[in-house]
Amino acid sequence: MCRLWLRYAKRGRLRFTSHRDIARAVERGLRRAGLPMAYSQGFNPHPKVSWVGAAPTGSASEAEYVEIALVTPADPAVVRARLDAAMPEGLAVLDAVVAGPGSLADRMEASRWRIELPGVSVAALRDAVSAVLAAPEVQVERMTKNGSRSVDARAALVSLDVSDQPVVSPVAEPVTECGILTAVVWQASPAVRPDDVLSALDVVAGLRPPVPAKATRTAQGRLDDDGGLVDPLGADRSSTGPVPAQSGDGAERSDRGGVAGHAG
Amino acid sequence: MPVESVFPRLEPLLPRVSKPVQYVGGELNATAKDWDDTAVRWALCYPDAYEVGLPNQGIMILYEVLNEQPDVLAERTYAVWDDLEQLMREHGVPQFTVESHRPVGAFDLLGVSFATELGYTNLLTALDLAGIPLHSTDRTDEHPIVIGGGHAAFNPEPVADFVDAAVLGDGEEAVLEITGIVRDWKAQGRPGGREELLGRLADTGGVYVPRCYDVDYLPDGRIERVVPNTDRAPERVSKATTMDLDEWPYPKQPLVPLAESVHERMSVEIFRGCTRGCRFCQAGMITRPVRERSAAGIGDMVQRGLDASGFTEVGLLSLSSADHSEIGEVTKGLADRYEGSGTSLSLPSTRVDAFNVDLANELARNGRRSGLTFAPEGGSERIRRVINKMVSEEDLISTVSTAFGAGWRQVKLYFMCGLPTETDDDVLQIAHMSHGVIRAGREVSGRKDIRATISIGAFVPKPHTPFQWAAQEHPAVIDERLRKLRAEINSDRRIGRNVGMRYHDGKPALIEGLLSRGDRRVGRVIERVWREGGRFDGWGEHFSYDRWVEACVAELEPLGVSLEWFTTRERDRTEVLPWDHLDSGLDKEWLWEDWVDALDGREQDDCRWVPCFDCGVCPSMGTDIQVGPGGRPLLPVDPVAHPDTPGQEVTAVSAPTRPWP
Repeated sequence: MCRLWLRYAKRGRLRFTSHRDIARAVERGLRRAGLPMAYSQGFNPHPKVSWVGAAPTGSASEAEYVEIALVTPADPAVVRARLDAAMPEGLAVLDAVVAGPGSLADRMEASRWRIELPGVSVAALRDAVSAVLAAPEVQVERMTKNGSRSVDARAALVSLDVSDQPVVSPVAEPVTECGILTAVVWQASPAVRPDDVLSALDVVAGLRPPVPAKATRTAQGRLDDDGGLVDPLGADRSSTGPVPAQSGDGAERSDRGGVAGHAG
Repeated sequence: MPVESVFPRLEPLLPRVSKPVQYVGGELNATAKDWDDTAVRWALCYPDAYEVGLPNQGIMILYEVLNEQPDVLAERTYAVWDDLEQLMREHGVPQFTVESHRPVGAFDLLGVSFATELGYTNLLTALDLAGIPLHSTDRTDEHPIVIGGGHAAFNPEPVADFVDAAVLGDGEEAVLEITGIVRDWKAQGRPGGREELLGRLADTGGVYVPRCYDVDYLPDGRIERVVPNTDRAPERVSKATTMDLDEWPYPKQPLVPLAESVHERMSVEIFRGCTRGCRFCQAGMITRPVRERSAAGIGDMVQRGLDASGFTEVGLLSLSSADHSEIGEVTKGLADRYEGSGTSLSLPSTRVDAFNVDLANELARNGRRSGLTFAPEGGSERIRRVINKMVSEEDLISTVSTAFGAGWRQVKLYFMCGLPTETDDDVLQIAHMSHGVIRAGREVSGRKDIRATISIGAFVPKPHTPFQWAAQEHPAVIDERLRKLRAEINSDRRIGRNVGMRYHDGKPALIEGLLSRGDRRVGRVIERVWREGGRFDGWGEHFSYDRWVEACVAELEPLGVSLEWFTTRERDRTEVLPWDHLDSGLDKEWLWEDWVDALDGREQDDCRWVPCFDCGVCPSMGTDIQVGPGGRPLLPVDPVAHPDTPGQEVTAVSAPTRPWP
């Protein structure tokens, strides 16, 4: 059996999919791609697919990970290309490596989020971020199936930065500024999500975006000593193979830890 | 001029509503076309929630048929839930299509599926959100032509004020004919405007344009006559029948939604029509004659559809799938082909005979061995003769014994309550039957864990059936009968505890009855219910019986009629029925004779196996039954790879990298 680790993106309107929606789409994509999937035993066999976390419904991602198992060895580059072609638009398979030692989940320690806040000025955002960072803890309420519970959003924050370049909001009318936040968040339990970071801005500084913010996960991985994220697939990528670029936005490329595993 | 997407305005609303994924489209195999490159543009509406509407076969077929035309664009739109409706009104976002989020009001045609009457209020929401006036007469050349289809379109009178036209019967060819008329009219510079276009549609004889007919009423409230008010409209509008299903292998590329929907499978319609002659069944009456898809055609559709979709389930659909003349070969062929591939096959069949159990055993080779379903429909031998469902209690017991002997542990039995001539005793015999099923199961299997679930629906008389004259039973009577039945089932506790009973209360059925057999006066009731907030009437948690009853009192009683008048009143032979000018092919005289036979408990056989009994369809429609065997086998058999063994696909990805450590 051959286990592969894949990185995929959910983009555009697919940010409104839930994890279950994505799981169904990926399983169908695997069938359509005609890959020699390994199946679970039992009465109702399922293809062997193991999920590692999942970006919450409503947020996009450039850095989702999944493990699949094939019955025969396969070239990860070919699998990536075939699977990518079989996916619905907005679901892109970006990277594939033969699984390394240990579990994929163990290579995930933190996430970086890019959060767009249309209608929020850079100045207002800076003030709110400073207030959050200055607080020793920030309890935010979150609705769960069992009612409301409180989590400390501050404790989970590794870093929280405001982009210097003001961006014209594509959404809000009339056209206004759009503040952009970059948050690196520990994946502790309970996981602190972009919504919780936004709640923290509200709790501490009363900042409420006039239209819903858009969050995109841009990276996941272990934290390096400088607070950057280590590409979780870097260590297992064939040294001769092409190194896929990390996700699209400019902030990402300056990331110190982005391809550290490969460099090592 | 390009029509802009409303998505930038919709997107900020989506994080605030439940299940936003249902509004974003993005289905696999959806078609996006350039607006300006197309001459005729259809919006296809299923007036219920996306999760129900997306898998609808009718919409999926027409969507693909239309989009295969190079100069035609078809997109889909569904009912939005209350939370989004409120936000759309607040922010001025119109009803949109899910592919490209184009405003529905910009299309040439709005095709609406009337698969069920309980979607009528949702139609009004969609029209209103689209900025289309609710009443056909208030629309201008700027608005789409609103055109209904589907089974309920065989009596569209309750929505006659809201639609511009309706098509009876099969849509595949009808939509292309309508498209051609609209294409020509637009190319000619829209001569005569909307009126002329509707006139041209009426000219075809197969498109019903309600405004071309006047309805006169008698002093007692009955209809005196329905007559055309223009030379262009035929006395009777005839239904469309698509012959040779093999020429129409749709859907070829089924839509695969991102959101979860009620049917996640590749559906293949293996035949259309049914001549079993169950007297309660509108579908069986209005879709005659039987037209089978060939075994080879079925095999091709299944394979192409699975390849295009990645679905893991195949549904072989029809009104009575075990009746396909080659069903044994088809089932075995598909079970062989997909053995071990993780693909499950299902076949909705409720026939009460051993052959049905054989089929189920074959299908269960590849997948879930869930319960078996049988539909005796009536509790007593007498009532089954009335409804023409020729099944004896012995048949049922011997059939379930075969099933339990083959390892099945659970059966589901479908019944109806409120059938014409029904008494308490007819219903109480369901208890006797279900006890017999459990006893037989225990005896054959030697086990105690045998279960029977009886599922009971309230009978609703439908147009174009022998029961179109029947009095619908009042919900209170049905509820009381079912209470007695439950007590009877539990009278023997040791057996009764293995019998589950499922039923819905009879009230929604009464409203469905109003909407099924209503005339144009019922439109006022629908509009009032909608204005008072009625939405999603097919959903128990949204349906308000009181709202419908109050609207009936307010709108019907001043006209001298009532909810009861439309539902629980028996009609006589001479009454002009609201749908008499809509021709399903069935001879009204034959239907009446079949109704009299029903009351006398006389059965009618199936014309596939006995000589023609003159129901009227074939001669009046120029059609004939098409049944196999077709002579061509299901396949070139091309077995699919077992997931645990390397198949032929593997070679394409067989560049090994490094061994697994």
